[in-house]
Amino acid sequence: MAEFRLPANSTVKKGKYYEAEKNAGNVKRFKVYRYDPDAKENPRTDVYEVDLDRCGPMVLDAIIKIKNEIDSTLTFRRSCREGICGSCAMNIDGRNTLACTKSIAEIKGDVKIYPLPHMPVIKDLVPDMTNFYAQYASVEPWLKSSSPTPPADSERLQSKEDREKLDGLYECILCACCSTSCPSYWWNGERYLGPAVLMQAYRWIIDSRDEETAERLDALEDPFKLYRCHTIMNCAHTCPKNLNPAKAIAETKKLLLARR
Amino acid sequence: MNEAYKPVEHKYDVVVVGAGGAGLRAAMGMAEKGLSVACISKVFPTRSHTVAAQGGISAALGNMGEDDWRWHMYDTVKGSDWLGDQDAIEYMCREAIPAIVELEHYGVPFSRTEDGRVYQRPFGGMTTHYGEGTAQRTCAAADRTGHAILHTLYTQALKYRAEFFIEYFAIDLLINDEGVCCGVLCWDLSTGELHVFRAQTVVLATGGYGRAYFSATSAHTCTGDGGGMVLRAGLPLQDMEFVQFHPTGIYGAGCLITEGVRGEGGYLTNNAGERFMERYAPNAKDLASRDVVSRAMTVEIREGRGVGQNKDHIYLHLEHLGPEVINERLPGISETAKIFAGVDVTREPIPVLPTVHYNMGGIATNYHGEVVTIKDGDPDSVVPGLMAIGEAACVSVHGANRLGSNSLLDLVVFGRAVANRCAEIIKPGDAHLPLPKETLSKAVDRLDRVRHAKGSTLTAELRLEMQKVMQNNAAVFRTGEVLSEGVKLIGEVFAQLSDLKVNDTSMIWNSDLVEALELDNLLRQAVVTMASASNRTESRGGHAREDFPDRNDEEWLKHSLAYLQDDGSVNFDYRPVHMFTLTDEVEAIPPKSRVY
Repeated sequence: MAEFRLPANSTVKKGKYYEAEKNAGNVKRFKVYRYDPDAKENPRTDVYEVDLDRCGPMVLDAIIKIKNEIDSTLTFRRSCREGICGSCAMNIDGRNTLACTKSIAEIKGDVKIYPLPHMPVIKDLVPDMTNFYAQYASVEPWLKSSSPTPPADSERLQSKEDREKLDGLYECILCACCSTSCPSYWWNGERYLGPAVLMQAYRWIIDSRDEETAERLDALEDPFKLYRCHTIMNCAHTCPKNLNPAKAIAETKKLLLARR
Repeated sequence: MNEAYKPVEHKYDVVVVGAGGAGLRAAMGMAEKGLSVACISKVFPTRSHTVAAQGGISAALGNMGEDDWRWHMYDTVKGSDWLGDQDAIEYMCREAIPAIVELEHYGVPFSRTEDGRVYQRPFGGMTTHYGEGTAQRTCAAADRTGHAILHTLYTQALKYRAEFFIEYFAIDLLINDEGVCCGVLCWDLSTGELHVFRAQTVVLATGGYGRAYFSATSAHTCTGDGGGMVLRAGLPLQDMEFVQFHPTGIYGAGCLITEGVRGEGGYLTNNAGERFMERYAPNAKDLASRDVVSRAMTVEIREGRGVGQNKDHIYLHLEHLGPEVINERLPGISETAKIFAGVDVTREPIPVLPTVHYNMGGIATNYHGEVVTIKDGDPDSVVPGLMAIGEAACVSVHGANRLGSNSLLDLVVFGRAVANRCAEIIKPGDAHLPLPKETLSKAVDRLDRVRHAKGSTLTAELRLEMQKVMQNNAAVFRTGEVLSEGVKLIGEVFAQLSDLKVNDTSMIWNSDLVEALELDNLLRQAVVTMASASNRTESRGGHAREDFPDRNDEEWLKHSLAYLQDDGSVNFDYRPVHMFTLTDEVEAIPPKSRVY
């Protein structure tokens, strides 16, 4: 008989509760996923009460405050704190976003914080991004051209209109919010490239300076790499930079259709 | 050595520590030239702080009007308040042109002119004809130039198959008894293992230490780890008193608003609605050098002309530029201003304040990127096996004050320079020097000691104390009295390092321990910054002493070198400024008074 079992560590247990200080005015509860790789125990949800009167406006401000003042073992990635480096991507209030640009005031009730979904977790809010980065490298996201490079003192020309085609694509910060929000990527993440990587593939396909468009399209013409996009649109909905990977994927499919 | 740790050993021709603009440009260049190179970074490369650079990168391409690299050089020397080394500045401004054209060839999505060339905007202190006109010299990809360059350089490094070790934290340099750097000890956060990287040359591209201050545009990860390692190795840091305050950090949040806003026609006002920069810099006005603008803003606030309820900040206007210009050229800061200041920039001004932004000081190098120190009376003595580039380094091309858009330039020019230099002096696959076992053992022991630190002070508490002392005692304007107090206070904070408490003892992604190690790096540089500021009794560039308001070329036209002792005391030595050029294509620019 077939045996069905939950994957290891998929049951999240109740964790510790950290009460706010007595004189705290404006208390909000932060329920945070914790996983300790050394403990050989299931993950848990710790609850921290935070006094918002003594905290910055963003979710990142709150988790930094927790780390600084309540529990220094809480682990997460962060760097620029202004939405450009893509480090602090996590699942907040049920949606993938950047902790540094997500305002606490927008969240009703308790703030639930989990790592990006469907990625192996290394510790607490730190997922293993190795596969995501390897997929990015696999689309060879650098300019390819067979014509000789112009001399050292002159740039390639590109019209304003051609340059405009890169807008909405090059701004991607590789935070992986979109890919890890995509059910198709959840099921086939090993073989489906996912929205973030496909959008970067399209960014080079559409760059007027790149001359390997056909080869790039060939590489994507695969039932898994590209065609596992089922236009679910979670990617566009969740992108913290307001980009639209689904559109880039649709444009790629159109190009493939047009050349048949 | 502590038996609990068994470092994995690697051998490379070159190891680059740091994967920002400088580190990536170096790593890709070395790989391209056939050297085996490991690039180690505590964050994934595209998360390095170069990504946050906005306004652009300078080069006298002349796409938007006449330009000449000699004018760029003049502006940079004047911007540096004559503390910059003119041979290095000549090298940077000349090499700017091929280095940036190369970036375009790599695929950087620069904004374009009507005729399809790279778009260039005006920036502070950038002029034509040696100070007469306004230059349009700063190449831009909208207001996301750092992002565009960093992502492109990462993919170029992938293309040439540079090897990356991502989320590895560098602990210490491994320097032998003869003073040769043989490698670096690192810690892989994801597995918890230690790694020894042996190399013919270690290149430090670890960035600045902006987080020594309470309010900085710098990322949380800007903790100057290379500078910390260098000080621990007994080597000096140069010109550490020079810290740049960017005129326009968002009031409160500290996020950067690019100088490109003023380059595109934005301006500052006080509470009377007056464009006060006209009084301080009649010619350049809002596009004067950053140190000049930051001081003017501070004076306005101090004299009661600040805006807001507490009259403690200034307004930056761009609403007159119109939505079209804003959407095309300044989309990123529009988003940032909306999120962090609640401001719609097409309708209202942005509340701003001078905010710590850049460290002109750092690891002293020559224009090849080789680390130099004073040895046997030679002020340009090369430290074998060690190079430094980017904000971590002090070449010195920025002297006492950096011009906007010269930083991205510094990264690519000197990242490229070390790649060229290494290709010249290193034979691929050459045998490595024996590992200095004792140094390695000391480095591992230090890590173990901090990991099990059971004192009573949390990293976050001590870090906050340091940041407040730096903010209060090493600010835009300084006096001897405030600095002496600062030296005492920062010394007290430094002494508390031995009382640190680390709660997490795991080796896997122990960010409690990472922050403690970063604090050690920050604090050492905070101590030498304060001491250097107290030591320099003149005003020059970003170092403004109210008790010594004038520049004093007779006594102080020299680089200060600060050595940190184990007890927290600082010793000084000095290197002459290179007042000569590299070639006879341009003449050295003698010091004169600096007005904008």
